[in-house]
Amino acid sequence: MEKASQIPEETGPAISPLRPGEDASKIAVSGQWTLIRQKFLANKVAVFAGIIVILFYLVGLFAEFLAPTSPTLAQPRFTYAPPQSIDFFVTDESGERHWQPHVKGYTMTVNQESLRRSFVIDETAVIPIGFFVEGTPYRLWGLFEMNTHLIGPLDASKPMNLLGTDSLGRDLMSRLIYGTRVSMSIGLIGVISSLFIGVVLGALSGYYGGWTDIVIQRLIEVTSAMPTIPLWLGLAAAVPITWSPLTVYFMVTLIVSLLAWTSLAREVRGRFLALRDEDFVTAARLDGSGQARVIFRHILPSLTSHILAVVTLAIPTMIVAETALSFLGIGLKSPVVSWGVLLQDAQNIRTVATAPWLLVWPAGAVVLTVLSFNFLGDGMRDAADPYAT
Amino acid sequence: MTQLEMAQPEMTQPDRAQEPVLTVRNLSLDFHLRTHILHAVREVSFDLYPGKTLCLVGESGSGKSVTARALLRLIDAQAKVSGGEITLHGPKGPLHLHALASNSREIRAVRGGRIGLIFQEPMSSLSPVRTIGTQIVEALLLHRKMTKAEAKAETVNLLRQVEIAQPEHMADRYTFEFSGGMRQRAMIAMALACDPDILIADEPTTALDVTTQAEIMDLIARLQAERGMAMLMITHDLGLVAEVADHVAVMRWGKIVEQGPVDDIFHSAQHPYTKALLAATVRLDTAVKRIAPNRAGQPLLQARGLTKGFGATNWRGKKTYEIKAVDDVSLDLWPGENLGIVGESGSGKTTLGRMLLRIVEPSEGSILWHGDEGAEEVTQMQRPDLARYRSAVRLVFQDPFASLNPRMTVKQVIADPLVVAGGMSDAALDTRVAELLELVGLEQSAMERYPHAFSGGQRQRISIARALALNPRVIIADEATSALDVSIRAQVLDLLLDLQKRLDLSFIFIAHDISVVRYFCDRVAVMHQGRIVETGPAEQVCTAPAEPYTQSLISAVPNPDPRDRRMLHRTRFNA
Repeated sequence: MEKASQIPEETGPAISPLRPGEDASKIAVSGQWTLIRQKFLANKVAVFAGIIVILFYLVGLFAEFLAPTSPTLAQPRFTYAPPQSIDFFVTDESGERHWQPHVKGYTMTVNQESLRRSFVIDETAVIPIGFFVEGTPYRLWGLFEMNTHLIGPLDASKPMNLLGTDSLGRDLMSRLIYGTRVSMSIGLIGVISSLFIGVVLGALSGYYGGWTDIVIQRLIEVTSAMPTIPLWLGLAAAVPITWSPLTVYFMVTLIVSLLAWTSLAREVRGRFLALRDEDFVTAARLDGSGQARVIFRHILPSLTSHILAVVTLAIPTMIVAETALSFLGIGLKSPVVSWGVLLQDAQNIRTVATAPWLLVWPAGAVVLTVLSFNFLGDGMRDAADPYAT
Repeated sequence: MTQLEMAQPEMTQPDRAQEPVLTVRNLSLDFHLRTHILHAVREVSFDLYPGKTLCLVGESGSGKSVTARALLRLIDAQAKVSGGEITLHGPKGPLHLHALASNSREIRAVRGGRIGLIFQEPMSSLSPVRTIGTQIVEALLLHRKMTKAEAKAETVNLLRQVEIAQPEHMADRYTFEFSGGMRQRAMIAMALACDPDILIADEPTTALDVTTQAEIMDLIARLQAERGMAMLMITHDLGLVAEVADHVAVMRWGKIVEQGPVDDIFHSAQHPYTKALLAATVRLDTAVKRIAPNRAGQPLLQARGLTKGFGATNWRGKKTYEIKAVDDVSLDLWPGENLGIVGESGSGKTTLGRMLLRIVEPSEGSILWHGDEGAEEVTQMQRPDLARYRSAVRLVFQDPFASLNPRMTVKQVIADPLVVAGGMSDAALDTRVAELLELVGLEQSAMERYPHAFSGGQRQRISIARALALNPRVIIADEATSALDVSIRAQVLDLLLDLQKRLDLSFIFIAHDISVVRYFCDRVAVMHQGRIVETGPAEQVCTAPAEPYTQSLISAVPNPDPRDRRMLHRTRFNA
């Protein structure tokens, strides 16, 4: 408190607290991340979106354990089988109902005119299911031999397809869960590589200005003027056909990120331009700090929260790009499973008519993820600068 | 609460014959923030009389602006009027403004119709994409029954009344083609368009230079006398209050602590806060001069012929045009001396200060530094020498909010120059920072806090501590007290003077505020359009200036004494 303001009766502006516990002394010693977190948590939609994003990543992380079966296990007896629903009670011969979670089996009928097989739910065939059941063996993260699945039929030879099956009778739910891993991580890997290019070029451009700025800005313009789809087609065609699906997957990520760094670079450049002439940066220069110290100690810490927000908004673009590429057949290919690959199965009208679940679930997953990322990114961007007035 | 009872308008104004045009009774206003309710305005009562000016005075955050906006119901969604009455009196009987919805037809008819409003920053309150003329025409068409042609003629007439030269042509110009003073004139023309009964002026001249301020206040006073308007003026500047007010209400923390006729407030103030505020203002104006240092021996810093030109070069490297921000400036700073550099905005004083530190590279001229290692030419210095020079000559910035990195603790901010210099252990850094904090009058507990926990004055103290960290010889203070309230300003100036005694410092004090310079400096250099027009002892320049420009500048400074209004009969200068 300043000396002259010590006047009797009143000591400050009148304030009535609404909530106890948030006293000023705590805020006085909280750094930028505490302030950002408080501001972010106040945005309920963003927090909810963030929880969904985290759930998706957890699903991707524990895909082998969460999936009821292997994504590549074909069941020729059950092609295009419809989704089963879970029931909890069975009625035995004596007419007594007792607790038994189960799904219903299938009966096959053959349409005599088209000679096409179709499956319907058989209300009498009870397939008991449970948690932590033994099923198809797998290696968790390629390391641990396991055969326990979170959910599955007690008898592993019986079918359980909660989301239905595809043309080869593969379980859609397992494929969707495995696809989450690939689709969510391709976004991350792509963004990390474009983040690196974007931040370095953006920082150089903004900090030095002049010729450096002109050259980098023209490079950005040329890059963003490239027609993306033909370029992807060309580059994807150039990938040797003998490469393993995983290498192709990596190449696709790289191709996508090589075109996606421009907006990030522009964002970083703009922030650098604004911060370069801030008084506290001038003060740091006068304090004797060299260029590296000014950039890394004074400017970049003010940017990290912004960059994080931009990155969050860039991930959904990557996911959509991967989906589009795979849908066109130039991105990921079987046996790799991604949401784009799954959508490829739903390309023709016959599939959509007879097995709509093949379209609905993968597309739904893409929409939900992209929306969540966008809400999360918006919330982070709003919270990114707690000192803005 | 005896002072408050005395401050009731009925008791201090028994002899007012006229009926008030606007009465405010017990107005209270709350801001609903996330964690608490801020009672921004509490039980405020005042009256506005035709032809009279009421000044609402207070420091930042006292609730004066929000009070004025509440009259027009122009307040944020977070804010709620929690009680009180606002009554507008007129020939059609009283109109209760507090009962109207904030976007009702009635309140919109009052805004701009019966109550005109002038803001502090005319650039942001006028539209940049439409001409001045169309904006005034729009106001006329909204409130008065006129055809477009009549409105256009009236617009030209209004612009003529606010003394804009060639009003027919200027009506077709855009905001950015007007200077600050002209924009404020256009804003006034717009506020007057519908012949309002009341004019609310919210810090109308704070963004302007003193000479422009004097002209605008002349204009407002004349228009008020012609039209018999009541005026509510909001300001933090007690000097200006003394020049223009009939009545004064002093606000602090949402309450009117004292109100009354201007003479009573200035000469027999009752409330201790009013007294403190006046003391801080008057002390700056009637300084007891300290003994100026003996100007013997070698000057510390000698600038000769410093020039900075900004301009564009064409593709062959030839200059297409050049504006000289600083033009052939020479000055000397002796050890222990306080040199003031005064000038209006755009006079080049900030550029000069930054050239002395080579943040801005001078186009021409030399700077000679007599430090510990003999005379050195600053403009030729390379990096290690320049760093050494910059540790001896330090800068304190104007804006206490922008000059501290919000992401670093106070300890990190103050210790930064020491860390860069190197060679100190963590414990030694801690002791040094604690020492510096004590020196600038802050508690040690400040170390672990972030700048956002401090007020403007405290932040400026932190900036000063950072400047002192490297034991400098010279401090260049660039408008270091301009962003501070008057009572805090006096404290910071006293702190600087005290530090000077203890640490053997010299100051170059760049300011636009004459009273601050007069209080603080031994010698003053007056800048005008990039040149130094006059240099001399502070007392002489501030009381008996020799040059006509300085005379006009000094005489335009408001005098904080309502019995000696000097702004109205000032010297005018035409360059």
